[in-house]
Amino acid sequence: MARTGILGKKIGMTRFFKPDGTNIPVTVIQAGPCVVTQVKTTAADGYAAVQIAFDDMKARNSTQAQIGHDAKAGAGPKRAHREIRLASDAEAEAYTLGQELTVDAIADLKFVDVVGTSKGKGFAGVMKRHRFKGMCATHGTERKHRTPGSIGSHGTDRGHGAKIKKGKRMAGRMGDEQVTVRSLDVVKVDASNNLLLVKGAVPGANDGLLLIKSPGRLYKRKVRIQAGA
Amino acid sequence: MDRTKIIESVVADQLKDKKDIPNLRIGDTVDVHYKIIEGDKERIQVFQGVLIAHTGRGVHEMVTVRRIVANEGVERTFPLHSPRMAKIEVVRRSDARRAKLYYLRDRFGKARRLRDQRRGLKHTEGAAE
Repeated sequence: MARTGILGKKIGMTRFFKPDGTNIPVTVIQAGPCVVTQVKTTAADGYAAVQIAFDDMKARNSTQAQIGHDAKAGAGPKRAHREIRLASDAEAEAYTLGQELTVDAIADLKFVDVVGTSKGKGFAGVMKRHRFKGMCATHGTERKHRTPGSIGSHGTDRGHGAKIKKGKRMAGRMGDEQVTVRSLDVVKVDASNNLLLVKGAVPGANDGLLLIKSPGRLYKRKVRIQAGA
Repeated sequence: MDRTKIIESVVADQLKDKKDIPNLRIGDTVDVHYKIIEGDKERIQVFQGVLIAHTGRGVHEMVTVRRIVANEGVERTFPLHSPRMAKIEVVRRSDARRAKLYYLRDRFGKARRLRDQRRGLKHTEGAAE
């Protein structure tokens, strides 16, 4: 199946009752409408992709370069631009410059991947950031309950020395990074209001930008469900 | 559009009509008619008990009902707007001075009873004694 996607904005979470009374936690996403601002082909760009843009902004808040780029597609300046890689030029032919993409573009998907930016947690310790266990609460532990413990030594060919191993997990900035949630169930597509309901949580705060795209890979059970569509 | 309004519009068709849900108060004895689905058969079970907690707004609205079965306390929490909620009706009104009647859990025997409210029975259906 051709890869496809759409940009959206996280609205918030609520609940959704199925007719049999099953209660599903859902995230409401304002998905689209998006504009195709560039179609990349192997001949011109070395790879096939489609660039889509979402969310109008005032021209005076944009830049000349961005305004010009969006104008080529016949659109006003847009806030967010994202690229979706396509498998081949043949897939890219399905898109034309200036084409409008609505939530209908993903209406036949039963599962989607959602890419967003997680909430920033600031400078976080190792227990929160890397799920370390910390030290004992008692047994004589003093002022070291949430410390990482020994960070080891590394640097010589004997496996120990004066330096710390590269990539050692330590305290530091946490969150505010790109997070992808894979294969979320699509609960409902409301094309008239450009709304998309997916099961479960998606990364980031409300009003955050999200990229919703066809799933990269699915479990066998979900492949069967998708094929039954 | 405002985020809250969008979410309200999403759940609007799931909300029950206001007239389908009576004016519930803490301490009421209520009959909850809840649909039970067994295979492809559907039947309605009535759970009668004291309403001890009422939480949530909009589609999240829930009530906790407590009753005594075989001398053992049983509490069930029902989402008011679930499609499985067939009907809820007030059988008896009682005086309650708390918003949550969790203290009933620690009571036994006669102390479990709440004082009947004599007033305000007129507008509760099925309680016109």
